[in-house]
Amino acid sequence: LALYFHSGEREEKCIIEDVPSDTLVIGNYKVQRWDIHKQDFLESAPGLGMFVTVTSPTADVLLSKLYGPQGTFSFTSYLSGEHVICLQSNSTRFVALAGSKLRIHLDIRVGEHFLDESVVQAKDKVNEVNLRLEHLIEQIHHVSKEQNYEREREEKFRKMSEETNSNILWWAVVQTLILISIGIWQIKSLRDFFIAKKLV
Amino acid sequence: MPPRSSRAAGPWGWLPPLLLMLLAACAARASEITFELPDNAKQCFYEEIAQGTKCTLEFQVITGGHYDVDCRLEDPDGIVLYKEMKKQYDSFTFTASRNGTYKFCFSNEFSTFTHKTVYFDFQVGEDPPLFPSENRVTALTQMESACVSIHEALKSVIDYQTHFRLREAQGRSRAEDLNTRVAYWSIGEAIILLVVSIGQVFLLKSFFSDKRTTTTRVGS
Repeated sequence: LALYFHSGEREEKCIIEDVPSDTLVIGNYKVQRWDIHKQDFLESAPGLGMFVTVTSPTADVLLSKLYGPQGTFSFTSYLSGEHVICLQSNSTRFVALAGSKLRIHLDIRVGEHFLDESVVQAKDKVNEVNLRLEHLIEQIHHVSKEQNYEREREEKFRKMSEETNSNILWWAVVQTLILISIGIWQIKSLRDFFIAKKLV
Repeated sequence: MPPRSSRAAGPWGWLPPLLLMLLAACAARASEITFELPDNAKQCFYEEIAQGTKCTLEFQVITGGHYDVDCRLEDPDGIVLYKEMKKQYDSFTFTASRNGTYKFCFSNEFSTFTHKTVYFDFQVGEDPPLFPSENRVTALTQMESACVSIHEALKSVIDYQTHFRLREAQGRSRAEDLNTRVAYWSIGEAIILLVVSIGQVFLLKSFFSDKRTTTTRVGS
């Protein structure tokens, strides 16, 4: 758990994961609280926990649980799209405490790269290669899922571009009609007006 | 978004380090995170790196404004290794000159109301080899070397896929912006058109109002 960042006590930090459907996402985190007396981050603060909330692309909540200061959470995506993983501490202290912050270590793993722990135990040559091959197959499946997802997205994008194109065309036509009809109305109205005023 | 996240997070922990790649094998890991950076905000990330490790930081802005962000990478002594303002995409490789905590920050402080979605991929160290050669007497078998080359090829496929996905997301974001802007502009222009043309007629009519006792000829 190497990468970390700082956040306020009650601040919610979210990260976005764009994943295809049926993908397993596993997250590891560790949270430490800043201790004012020691001027350092405590290794483990009692009672400190993190609310982990995972939202699907359609704003459904897939996961919403409270974990301890260190934990692992996972979810499988049903739909493909942007899932939002939010972390918020359950600290009840008010934000007024000066210099109080949290250090959050985070590691998110998506889809294919779960190398079997048992590979290292494989003393048998054939077994090791077998396991490696299985891992490679898993990677290929992930690549294939991503490509399907890409196809869906491209279709959506194409539809939107075509819609924009036809919107512009339709608007140009309507605008021309409005212009012409307004022009005719203006001239007619002015002509009638001048005739009425006996200027013409 | 390398194999998405933690490219070699699996094997690195328990795989005994090779003589040559001692440090690198221990520290090989990759983190990729996509997060939202609000306007006028700065977000920093820290990582402890051992000396001599080759690291790569790559970032790309996916949505928001002009799709650019400031990025800054500092070593444990505070020396700035990389600093770029308003970049859309960049990749920076460096070798850690000393042990310690390296810090990199993304800043959106120049923007007043657009928040950006930023993706970054920070890779530390090289991936450990698939088949460690410390207790090996023979060279890799054909099977094993085939595995190794397929693994390398797949890693680069996944890398390309990630880049493609990000570019597509960026393109789609721009297209959605364009669509919205066209819609608003159409409505706005229609209203302006009607207001101006009707207003013109009434304005002209008011020039010839009956309040004037003498008819003044309007100069052409």
